[in-house]
Order: sequence, then structure tokens, then C-alpha cells
Amino acid sequence: MSKRSIAQILVGIDGNTVLSGARKIKTKLITEINKQGLSDQVSVIETGSIGPINKGVVIGIYPTGEMYGNVTEKDIAEFVQEKFVKGRPYKKLLLEEKMQPEIDLKTYDSRKTQYFGRIVLDNCGKINPEDIEEYIGMGGYQALGTVLKEKTPEEVIQIMKNSGLRGRGGAGFPTGLKWSFAAQEKESPKYVICNADEGEPGTFKDRLIMEGDPHRVLEGMAICGYAIGANTGYIYIRGEYQLSIQRLEKAINDAEKLGLLGKNIFGTDFDFKVKIKMGAGSYVCGEETSLLNSMEGFRGEPRLKPPFPAKSGFLSKPTNVNNVETLANIAPIILNGAEWFKKFGTVDSPGTKVYTILGHVNRSGLIEVPMGITLREVIYDYAGGISSGEFKMAQIGGTAGDILSAELLDVALDYKSLQEVGHNLGSGAILIMNDSVSVVDFLKCCMKFFMHESCGRCSVCRIGTKQMYESFNRLEKKEAYFDELKNIEELAKGLNLASFCPLGQSVASPVLSAIKYFEAELSEGINPNKIHEPVTREESGIVFSYS
Amino acid sequence: MANITINNMKVEVPEGTTILDAAKTIGIKIPTLCYLKNVQEPGSCRMCLVEVEGAKTLQPSCVTQVSEGMKIHTNTKKIRDTRKIILELLLSDHPWECNTCDRNQDCELQKLADEYGIKEVRFQSVKERLPLDESTPGIVRDPNKCILCRRCVTVCQEVQGVGTLAPRARGFNTIIAPGQGNLLSEAVCVQCGQCAAVCPVGAITEKDDIDKVWEALDDPNKYVVVQTAPAIRAALGECFDLEPGTLVKGKMTAALKMLGFNAVFDTNFTADLTILEEGTELLTRLKKVLVDKDKKVALPMFTSCSPGWINYMENFYPELIPNISTCKSPQQMFGAVAKTYYANKIGKKKEEIVVVSIMPCTAKKFECNREEMNASGVKDVDYVLTTRELGKFIKQAGIDFVNLPDEEMDAPMGISTGAADIFANTGGVMEAALRTAYEIVTGREIPFNGLHVSSVQGLDGVKEASLKIDGTKEEWAFLEGVTVNVAVAHGLGNAKKVIEKVLSGEKQYHFIEIMACPGGCIGGGGQPRMTTDEVRQARIKAIYKEDEGRKYRKSHENPAVKALYEEFLVKPLGEKSHHLLHTKYSSKKD
Amino acid sequence: MTVKEIINKYGNKRENLLQILHDIQNQSLQNYINEKEVNLLSKEMKIPVSDIKGTASFYTMYSFIPRGKYIIRVCESPPCHLLGAQTIFKAIEAKLGIKEGETTKDGLFTLEGTSCLGICGVAPAMMINEEAYGNLNEEKIGKILDQIQEKESN
Repeated sequence: MSKRSIAQILVGIDGNTVLSGARKIKTKLITEINKQGLSDQVSVIETGSIGPINKGVVIGIYPTGEMYGNVTEKDIAEFVQEKFVKGRPYKKLLLEEKMQPEIDLKTYDSRKTQYFGRIVLDNCGKINPEDIEEYIGMGGYQALGTVLKEKTPEEVIQIMKNSGLRGRGGAGFPTGLKWSFAAQEKESPKYVICNADEGEPGTFKDRLIMEGDPHRVLEGMAICGYAIGANTGYIYIRGEYQLSIQRLEKAINDAEKLGLLGKNIFGTDFDFKVKIKMGAGSYVCGEETSLLNSMEGFRGEPRLKPPFPAKSGFLSKPTNVNNVETLANIAPIILNGAEWFKKFGTVDSPGTKVYTILGHVNRSGLIEVPMGITLREVIYDYAGGISSGEFKMAQIGGTAGDILSAELLDVALDYKSLQEVGHNLGSGAILIMNDSVSVVDFLKCCMKFFMHESCGRCSVCRIGTKQMYESFNRLEKKEAYFDELKNIEELAKGLNLASFCPLGQSVASPVLSAIKYFEAELSEGINPNKIHEPVTREESGIVFSYS
Repeated sequence: MANITINNMKVEVPEGTTILDAAKTIGIKIPTLCYLKNVQEPGSCRMCLVEVEGAKTLQPSCVTQVSEGMKIHTNTKKIRDTRKIILELLLSDHPWECNTCDRNQDCELQKLADEYGIKEVRFQSVKERLPLDESTPGIVRDPNKCILCRRCVTVCQEVQGVGTLAPRARGFNTIIAPGQGNLLSEAVCVQCGQCAAVCPVGAITEKDDIDKVWEALDDPNKYVVVQTAPAIRAALGECFDLEPGTLVKGKMTAALKMLGFNAVFDTNFTADLTILEEGTELLTRLKKVLVDKDKKVALPMFTSCSPGWINYMENFYPELIPNISTCKSPQQMFGAVAKTYYANKIGKKKEEIVVVSIMPCTAKKFECNREEMNASGVKDVDYVLTTRELGKFIKQAGIDFVNLPDEEMDAPMGISTGAADIFANTGGVMEAALRTAYEIVTGREIPFNGLHVSSVQGLDGVKEASLKIDGTKEEWAFLEGVTVNVAVAHGLGNAKKVIEKVLSGEKQYHFIEIMACPGGCIGGGGQPRMTTDEVRQARIKAIYKEDEGRKYRKSHENPAVKALYEEFLVKPLGEKSHHLLHTKYSSKKD
Repeated sequence: MTVKEIINKYGNKRENLLQILHDIQNQSLQNYINEKEVNLLSKEMKIPVSDIKGTASFYTMYSFIPRGKYIIRVCESPPCHLLGAQTIFKAIEAKLGIKEGETTKDGLFTLEGTSCLGICGVAPAMMINEEAYGNLNEEKIGKILDQIQEKESN
């Protein structure tokens, strides 16, 4: 265990803050603290994302909870002087928000209080993700130990079923049920795969979890491995996530050294190894069967289901694929019980959800809130309101998500409530747009993304995404055909019904929801006089008869 | 059995039946484009989607299996609208050149567009033109017409194990491309043409040589002879909507005569000749190994009549070159004999004679262009037309094929035996060789019912047979009591399996027949489309029927071949034979 | 490392293909995989060349044509688009005189558009090789590129 000092300075080091020189600032802080002779009282701790994004290097102070943003090297001397020698906040860089205080999650009930605690991100920003002892100090690997020594695999699966945890990758499939499918299979070996191919635009929660608390993911994987009878886990991670890869590699090594992964974990006869496989730039590989193809070294095209991965997955063996955030929920559920977990969120969607809030808001960033809070709460309570202009629309769940207009500001963000108004929750990205945004321009950008990421296997998606892009291109130039919107709508429905995998199916989400709420604006791109140059059977050469 | 309803009609089908097949049992055809039975069921063209009550999305009927109580709808508005969208999308990404396309009126996309009444395409064409690939003698690829069903990729990679073609890039930019570049000639391609045989549209075809043959026929100074491979007579009828397996040898002969060929001959003639040369070669090799203990002589001996196989061997297994029979294929033996022996007989110079082959094969177009194939002093075989091209050729001439009277082929090179007929299908060369070799060695007929080596017949990928030899004639006494082990493989994927077993020492054979195409030549890359397993069976059945109806059923009985030896070649493996009928191979592996 | 050594590091099973391709490309000074390397891979891993090329070309991170020493990948996905990705493109194009997909004459930079890089918190964002940069504007881009150019000219 690392020594705990009277005060701690947490330096959030993640993909964003590194760019602003977070590592140098950490070094400088240590030097300065030493210089002032404060090293006994104040410790400097490297951690993952502290929360605020877009505020340069952010440091937080325990136990006071104050946070400082846009910290530069020049500020350090003065900051240490003010804060730790003179003992008062350093006003120049002080942020309005405070770090989320530690709470006793065991007695906490979200419906009785306005405060929303963290489950998944509990350690993020508190511990040094590169120090396994800090994770252990926060109760890490206890859940795995409990499971291995006191519970049967069936009991573990039952706990997961009871907890009501649903997959956090977007589809929301009940996790316990999924595990039970792989557990039933007789064939071996089996595999646990952590889907860390986070590619949904606007989504980077998995990255922050992996960067901020990598052991929690590993522990979740090992528990899953025990439950389904697998001894090998793979993390399939985007090639772009270098810092995550480094931290996961270190975490795996450290855990193996302590016997928390590898052979005979906790002295039991359970072995579990974790390996990392890197992706190479393909959004569709986030779909679990495409991911399997990619892991096997093939084009990342989706496979037919059935057979489902639980029956025939990686190398045709029984395989369970879970998203990073899902796996990060496992250990807390085991430690605190299914009943505790269900206190968070709604009856239908227990637990918390990690959202990334982006776009035209005052505070963009990452929040973990219970299922069921409203869009309005997200924008005004967490994101500090709209940064300029008026709220126009939000896209929830990334580029494959629905576009919501102002009339839906008060809908609860959980799977069921959204379904009732015809929308989906998706992956957790919330993109807020003000009235400067053109719906056409925005959708054209979304369509470009789909066109670029379509795998090309099925005809509908391969050509349909291209045609969609062309349509929005015409709308933008105000050269669209008189019946363009009708065609777009029909094509979107066709894509939704006929596409091989969720990529093509989900093109309909932004398109149809935009037509629903912004038809008038979209129609402005239409040139009512522009008709199709008719391509008839004669011209197309389809002139024949079969005997 | 599962009880289901399709369009509210009750149907009972075995568990595990696909919706597509279940619908077929009550006379409902669900449209497909990428699906090809026993080859691929990728569910990716989305044409075969149907509604299954309770399922969130539409289900691909070609892969979705029925389950008890399933309620299926195949023609709801939702489905019709979806199919139209898919067809219009495909057409927006397809050049509208139906009238000038090789597949006009024989195109699966065109046919579906017609059936679904596509009168207008609501999507604008956004396709960029890509260049044609005409870089090889046998195959032409037009990537513009490709609908990315990937049948060609599956046959090339999985059935043939050659791996020339693969999908490249992704999304709308996906193309099917050879090797690392864009041209077949720069990739390892064995020219088997199985890709062309399965293409639903005009994206992969054989290189059209019809005009060159017209030109030769138009030239009064040329004496144009035609040879027809044994597999044509069981398949050509399909070009004229006759049932697969209809024997049309007589009509074909009549049509070729009407087209103006000076002589209509049979590749069967040189198939018989091949058996004499190759049978003798096998016996000689056996003697050298068993008696002379000659270490330089390699066994097992492999057949050499399939040019796709030869290309495959030279590219992938050149270490087998010593094992390959040095016999040229019957096509090339024919050319060499026609431009020497036959030319002399009719008093023509070799330059005056044009040899046209009708072949079930695209690799034959490659083969006739090989440098070494000019034993007569000029190119031995001038032009090769596939079965499909011959069908078109006949149509161009306005010949009413179906109602033609039967005619006989010309002598002497039109005379052949039943042993030559069965060269058309897998196992046939082996059976023909055994019929002759056994009799040479023992003086008796091969001891099998109807002369058939039934264990090497049929569509199993790899077949084996053993034949114990006893009661040998004096000069073959060294074979007394020897059990000859043979193997037969068709489709290069199966060939690979046999070869690997031979190379690893797991299996020992004396003689192995390899045909590049599944089913043998009757399933060749130049045969009428689509060659399914049912079609293969029908053609094979026809070929055996042809064989059984023959006066002569063993190659060594062929009187014209006997005369050829007496008048010209002297003896099998003799000096003339060596020069005209045998060849060498070279490694193409880098 | 030679191609063979890289293959030996991971094993010649198909499932290691992507990692092997990453390593081959990473050690290339021009950020690409050449024809000879594909041929070698094909031989050692017993995968047809068409299949290797077809697989690699599916993924945006691999290239078969020489690229710059530094690959600038600007995110084009909606969150970055909203906050000005297009101006980022224009700034880089103006500064380096290349368009998307092109490489500078000195072989230093290649400009590419990419889908979401997962650093939307600091949109608009880009990556140069493995380094990520966020909260970009014209001025910042100028500095970043200047720094690299300066480093390279020494």
C-alpha cells in the first residue's frame, strides 16, 4: 500500500491532458513540494481523468475536493505557495465544480438524494492507475477473491442476473443471461473478450475507464472467465488508444506478478490469462461478430447469427463478449450485491450510465449518472448549460444515435422510456448542438461517417450509405430532387430492415429522427423543379422477356 | 419434422430445412443473388429476406432454418418494397449496358429486375468506371459490373484453394481484385474459370473468341477443323434450354457442319490416344521402379489432361513435376496430330489448317497459347471456344439447334471409344486407363461390372481404388500379385488434400487423376451456367450412358488410333510420340 | 526486424496477422507495407497475397503506398466537425501545401481524414503518428507543425 498523506494532489493524466503537458506538471509539482519541505504532508498522485474536459491540465486536491484547471508549469510555484504554505485556494485557476466527494456506496440510494455517485468511475481520478496496490487498497481484486473462494460459477451468474445489469455497449442485452449462454456450452477452450473497440463518434468513456482504472476491467474479465469456464481473455482495443494499451499491459503484468491473474489465482485451481489484440481502424469491428473476424486476422465483416458467439465465437469456440464499461461494473456488483446495484437507476435499467457530453455546452466531459435522468438535467445540471445560442438538438448514442429536439428535453434517459417515444439510448455519447448548426450539414457529416465505415459486405449498406451521403450532399447544395426526402425516408427504412448488421440498420436512427423533428429545415434544400432524368427500362437496357 | 406456415399455408418440412428450401416445396421461389447451394450461403445480398413473425428484423431465408410453429411471409409489402430498394441500389451501382453485355438475357440481376418490375431507378448512378481486365488468355473481368456477391471469391479461395481473388478495400469502394494488383496476369491464376462459371452477372466471363473463328471460316484459303471435348455433348443442350444431361452429340455435329467447318472431329480420338500413351507411361514407370529400381523415376504418376491442374501444379507444387505424366492433354495431342498426320493425309500444309477446339474450359484458352504447344511447327491449336461460346456461335448463325437431325462425326479423327467419353467426368480418365492397362498386362478385361470402376465415380472430393493384378502376361510378370493403388481428386481444393497426404507419406499411390474443376470437365469453367451439383450429376449420368452405348469401350480398341500408330506414330512413347504428344513442365513458383 | 522475425515473434497463425502488419508498417520509414513484404507474409503464413491485401486494405491504419514520416490524421466525425474540423483541414492544407491523402514533397507529412479518434473531449482533434492533439485552432496547428519541422531539420 502506498502511504497516504494529509493532503493529496491528484494529477489527471489521460489522453487529453497529456497533450497539455500533464506529465511535466506532475514532475514540477513534486519538485516544488519537496522544495517547500512538504513532502511528508502532501503527496502527488498520478491518476486518470478527474472529470472536467476541455480545461487543460486538471489537478484535484484531497480531501477538500477543489479542482484547478488549465494549470501550466509557470503556475506551480505560486500555486504550492498559496495552497499549501499559505493554506488558501489558488483563485486564479480554481474551477467552479468540486470533485465528487467520497460517499459510502453501501448505504447510498440515488432516489433519496440529489447527489449521483460513481460505480464504474469510482477509482478514476482517485488512484494511480499504474499502481496495482492503490487499486487493491480501494478494495480491488476482493470481488475476484470472494468469487473464487466462496461462490460457484452458477452463483456468480445468478448474481449478475439478479443485478439486472445490461450491456453498456449500446444494445443493452442482459449481462447475466449472456454469461449463462456461454457457461452452458460444453466445448473448450472458451474465451472472454473485452470489447474495447470504442469507435462510436463522441464516445470515449471506455478509454477513460481503461486509462483511469485498468485493473477493474481485468478483474471483471477474470470473474466472467470463472463464471463461464474460460481461462483466456482478450482485450480487443483500438490501435489508436496507445495510453490505454500501455496501462493495460502494465496492469496485466502487475496482476500476474501478484498472482491475481495467471495460474492458480488466489491459490485456487483457476487460471486466467489476459492478452491484448489491437484493431487497425474500423468502426464496424465494435460489432461483436466483426470483432471476432478481426481478432482472427480477417476482414472485420460481421458474421451471420446464429451461431451466436456464445456457441461459436473466437476460433469457433464458445465466447463471451462484453463492453469495457459492462466489465467495469462486475466487481462492485459482486462486492456489494445485486440488491445494492438495483438501488441505482430505474427498475428496468439498474445501475449508472457513463455519458460523454460534448458539443455546445459550457462543460463538456464525462459523467456517471443513474439511468433515467433527463436530457435537460444532463445539459443544465452537469454540463453547465448551452455555451452559446439556444439549444437546438441533441444526438444521443453517437453517430448511430437518434436526434432529439427540444420537445424531448424532459424524457428520461433509460432504455425503456426512450423506447416509448421511439428512440434508443445507444452508447452513451450525448452531443449537444445549438441553433448555429445546420441539420443538413450535420447529417451529411454523419452519412460520410457511415459511408466510410460500411464494411461492404451487404448490398444495402454498401450502396445505401453512399446514396444517403449523395442525397444530403444535394440537400446542402440546395439541389435536391423534388422527392428527395421521400427517397431518403424510404432508403432509411430499407437500410434499417435489410442491412446485415447494426451499422447499416442504425443509419436510419439519425435520418428518420431528423426528418421527424426537422422536416421543414431539411426541405429547404429541395429544388421543387428538379426532377429525375427518368431512367427507364429501355434506357437501362432492361428490355427483354424470358421464355 | 417441423410444422410451419408460409404465407398462411401449412407446410411440414424436416427440422433444419432453410426457409428458402421450405418455400420451394410449396412452389414459392424466393429470389437470391449471392446464394449458391453447396458453395456459399453468406446471406449478404439481402434479396432473400422474408418476414418471420416475432423477429425484429427481416430474416435471410437462405440461411435461416425453420423451427416448429414458425410463421413466415415471403411477399408482404414490406418485403416487396425492400427487394425493390435493394435491386434499385444494385442497379444504381451497375453499368446499364445490358444489351451489349455477354450475359444479356442470362443475367441473374437483369432477370430479377424484370421479375420485380423495376421500371425506374430512384437512385442516381454514382459509380466510377474501372478498367477492364483482359490480361489473361482465358478470363475477362469487368469490375464495373460486379455486384460483390463474392461467389467467385468463395470458389477461388475455398473450393479451388487457389486464392487469386479477394475483396479489397471496404464499403462502397470494395472491389474484387486479384493478387496484390488489379490484373489477373500479375497474380497467380490457374485460369480454371470457376469464377466465371458462378458469376451471376457479366463481371467475369471467358475471353470471347467467336469472331476469330468466324474469320477463319470466312477465309477460303483455310481448312478449318473442329474438335469437341467429351464434356460438351452432355451440356451444350442447356444453352438451348434442354434439360441438363441431354446428350446432343448428333445435333452438335450437325450444327458444326452447318457452321462451315471443313471437318468435324472429336477430342475423344486423342483421349483414346492419351490412354495408350499415358497407360504405357504408367506401366513403364512401374517397371523402372519395381524391376530396375530406378531412383530417378517418380511415383505416383499424376494425370496431365487438365490444364487448370497443370497451372496449379507449376505454381504451387513444382516439386511434383517429375511425377506428372509427360502426355500432353488430348486437346494439344489433337492439334499436333491434325497438323501433321491428318494434314499429310489430305494433302494440306500445316499452315493451311486451322484447329478450333470446343472445350468446357477456360484454361484451355491458356493452354493452346503456351509456348511449347507448337509441335507441328506452328501453333497446334489455334482457337478455343467454350461450350457457352459455341452456344452463342450457333445462335449467331441462326441455327435451330433443338430441331437438328443427328449427324456423325468425320473420320478418322472423329472415331472414338466409350473410354474417351468418360474423360468428361471425375474418375473417367482413371477408369479408361485401368480398362486398357489391365488388359495390356493380363490380356483380360478389367474384372468389374460393366467395366466401371465404381469406387472412383461420383462427386466425393477424393476417391480411392485398389486393384490386385494376377494372371499377368509373360512380359508383365513383374506385376504379378501387385496391388495397384489409385486416387482421384476433382476441384483443386481436393487435389491439395491428396497431394499433401502423398508428400507427407501418409498415403502411397501408383496413379492419381486430378481434374481442376469440381465434377471434372463436365463442371468446367466454360460450361453453361449454373453448374450445380444436380446439374453435374445429370451430365455425368449422360456421359456414362454415352459410354455404355458404344461399340468400342476401351481406348486400345479404337481402330482409327490403331491406324494412326500403324501409319504414323509406330508405337506408344516412340520417337514421333515423344515429339508430338509429350511435353515438359516448368516451375512458376517464385 | 525482418518480416520473418516479426512473424516468429507472434507465431504464423492467421489470428496474429493484424499485429504483424502493424509491426511491419511501424518499422517502415515511410509508414507503409510494401509488395515484397506482402509476398513474404503470404509465403510464411500460407495466406494468399490477395487475401492479405484484401484484409489489410479493410483497415484504415494500413497503407500500401509510401507515406510521410508523420501521418496527420484529422478527425472528421460529427463532434469534431461541429467544432471546426474543416478549418483544421484548411489550416493544414494551407500550411503544408497538400490535400487530404497527399504527402509533402519532402516526405515528412501525409494528411489523412479519419473517423473518431476517441478524444472528442478536446474536439477538434487530430493525431500525428501516435501523439494526439486537441482543442486545435489555426495558430496551434502552426506551432505543432513548426515544432516537428524544426526537429526534423536538425
